[in-house]
Amino acid sequence: MSASTETTKAPAQPLSTPASKPDGNPLLRLILKRLGLSAVLLFAVSLMISGGIEALPGDFATTYLGQSATPEAVENIRKDLGLDRPWAERYLSWLGGIAHGDFGTSWASRNSVGEQIANRLGNSLFLAFFAALISVPLSITLGMVAVQFRDRWPDKIVSLASLAAISLPEFFIGYLLILFFAVKLGIATFPATVYDGMGVMDRLSAIALPVATLVLVVLAHMMRMTRAAILNVMSSPYIETAELKGLGAWRIIAHHAAPNAVSPVVNVVALNLAYLVVGVVVVEVVFVYPGIGQYMVDAVKVRDMPVVQACGLIFAAFYILLNMAADMIAIIANPRLRHPR
Amino acid sequence: MTIKLGNLNRRRFMGQSALLGLAATSATGLFAPEARAEEPKRGGHLKLGLNGGATTDVLDTATYSGAVLFVIGKTWGDTLVESHPETGEALPALAESWTSSADAVEWTFKIRKGVKFHDGKELTTADCVQSIKRHTDEQSKSGALGLLRSIKAVEEKAGDLVVTLTEGNSDLPLILTDYHLIIQPNGGFDNPTAAIGTGPYKLTNYQAGVRATFEKNKDDWRSDRGFVDSVELIVMNDTTARIAALASGQVHFINAVEPKTVSLLERAPTVEILRTAGKGFYCFLAFCDTAPFDNNDLRLALKYAIDRQAILDRVLGGYGTLGNDYPVTNNYALAPEGIEQRMYDPEKAAFHYKKSGHSGPIQLRTSEAAFAGAVDAAVLYQESAKKAGIVLDVKREPDDGYWTNVWNVQPFCASYWGGRPTQDSRYTTSFVSSAEWNDTRFKRPDFDQLLAQARAELDKDKRKEMYKTLALMVRDEGGIILPVFNDYLNASTKNLKGYVNDIGNDTSNGYVASRVWFDA
Repeated sequence: MSASTETTKAPAQPLSTPASKPDGNPLLRLILKRLGLSAVLLFAVSLMISGGIEALPGDFATTYLGQSATPEAVENIRKDLGLDRPWAERYLSWLGGIAHGDFGTSWASRNSVGEQIANRLGNSLFLAFFAALISVPLSITLGMVAVQFRDRWPDKIVSLASLAAISLPEFFIGYLLILFFAVKLGIATFPATVYDGMGVMDRLSAIALPVATLVLVVLAHMMRMTRAAILNVMSSPYIETAELKGLGAWRIIAHHAAPNAVSPVVNVVALNLAYLVVGVVVVEVVFVYPGIGQYMVDAVKVRDMPVVQACGLIFAAFYILLNMAADMIAIIANPRLRHPR
Repeated sequence: MTIKLGNLNRRRFMGQSALLGLAATSATGLFAPEARAEEPKRGGHLKLGLNGGATTDVLDTATYSGAVLFVIGKTWGDTLVESHPETGEALPALAESWTSSADAVEWTFKIRKGVKFHDGKELTTADCVQSIKRHTDEQSKSGALGLLRSIKAVEEKAGDLVVTLTEGNSDLPLILTDYHLIIQPNGGFDNPTAAIGTGPYKLTNYQAGVRATFEKNKDDWRSDRGFVDSVELIVMNDTTARIAALASGQVHFINAVEPKTVSLLERAPTVEILRTAGKGFYCFLAFCDTAPFDNNDLRLALKYAIDRQAILDRVLGGYGTLGNDYPVTNNYALAPEGIEQRMYDPEKAAFHYKKSGHSGPIQLRTSEAAFAGAVDAAVLYQESAKKAGIVLDVKREPDDGYWTNVWNVQPFCASYWGGRPTQDSRYTTSFVSSAEWNDTRFKRPDFDQLLAQARAELDKDKRKEMYKTLALMVRDEGGIILPVFNDYLNASTKNLKGYVNDIGNDTSNGYVASRVWFDA
């Protein structure tokens, strides 16, 4: 994630792509370089997860059996799973599996991790997609509205409402929505449990409340960033110059302001998208939604290493890819970043 | 179940009859006829919102733990024996009848004929033999392994199931009520997770930690259960989600209602609170063989220094019963009677504390993992002990790994125990010298001997007397400080009838789905 902080400041300090090699597509070279770095980053993440779980008190056998663990049962499970082997050996054999695209089997359920994750991740992406579909256009529009009516009542209302939404914890927003729309009015579906073989309309109705919660949670962040970025650019001297030389308002925004404002906005959007996929375990619990966050938390509770590893890698990959995409979009939108001085 | 007795509802009546010291059996006599007068109606789709499930749950009965799998198992499967919901005595289920040798070592169970598994196959004695074997062989990871340790052989003889024990145990039928011991085709050796049984509902869909659905088993061998057409069980580990789902009528039954929220939930017009006295208890455990707890006066001082009523009121919101420093309540068959209730007595505590000669702070380890409110309970204990001049140093431990690193390792800590089917298994689990979970290091050969004697005794009156002696030994000399037994708190919509306050375990001993019905 260090990559993203580097590029948020991009307009002031352009990316240092080697200028000595003008041949070839600089964008492609950058993508390849970033992909290579991502692989190293993922490897480091897997090492840290593995080490972290190893450092937690209790291993899978004892935590899975809990208070009812008998020495025989613990021994039987350890032997079965090869937990008696040293840590490094277990890690390497897991890494070997990953290299072949095999996530292994869950220690607790003895099912294929890949299959289980596909299902859970599908649910999470479904939820995140609709939350993003509503929140991204809405927040950018609201941000522009706030700029347009700067310091007048629409701006103040938008700012106040978004600050209020960002100050409330997500579970509290969730509870409020449940209280009003499910319990009092009885118009929303609750719990939001989705399952195999559920119709699309039923699914959409089930996720209405969690999507509303997520939209409220991420809206403020993106809206305020949009507002700040545009305002920042609009107060620059070159915009004033453009105005003075008589360009139309539309032309100023599209050609001069937008390319410079895109970068920070896209970055904050990417961050929020990543959050929508991997960071919503609390919302999943509140709405009884079977997403990947809950899956990972359950696995961590019993130290189900293959599941934790796989979830951790997927989460990290999402963050890395979304940040990379954000940087690419920023570079494409702003030619200045492609041709560093 | 809302049986009105004048202005008294069942729950209040149960509470008051318990106060009056009425035995559970005499109360049953009053309820039963009226309970049966209301004819159960059939049909409907039952939705349960339950706490206690995880994505790591597996359908193999040997691995069952947690409330969700407990209910799932009892919905699709049957055990050989069931326990009476009000007296706790053994009742025939898949085993029609049984006899034992005079020394209670060899047991012969007659297996019911004409029972069909969900896949259409007929139940045989061999299936039952294999089922018990799967939980007793050496490779077993079964949660019932500890209970079944005294089983020497299980075999089929002349069409009957014969169990031979290493020593006499008159409780064997009750042990076979354990929820892991569901009878499966060929004992589940072929496919342990198939969830094919003989229960009132067939499992139609299962997603671990999310949802399970069932449809009515049309060939059920019993007609007095399984009243609804289909059952949907949704895992809801969030308390507020469960309450919201029940209040909005999206589910008909929830478990694990927090004592704090009971009074609020009671105000909802469509909701009924279901309160059942339980066998589980909250406790503080001291090692009898480790200084300073190796001194019985110090242990007595600690027992008098705890304000049980305060813990019952403040940690459990009053939803429980006072403990008396032995692990048995009236919910067990042959429970001891006439043992004086130990109360908070700072003077006696100070007397014993002085006599023990100990001085300086005593470290008490606690964590929310021990039981909900364990940290509060420890602080209340600290306060009440201070008045007796005993300084408790409360140390909060991390929830993670509490059962591995603190419980049964550290000499003085908070803990919890769930109920066991019998007094014998309760004591065998954690009070005999050789028990792995002897978490108070209570090692008394005379106790072990008397317990073994009681186990093999078939005369009920003699056994009851022995159990009273055992309870007194633990109460007056053991290392367990047992302030409260917690009630099981569940809630349902008002149109759901037939829920039985089963003393066996929570959620009507897991039979909630097979017992309830809708009053349209």
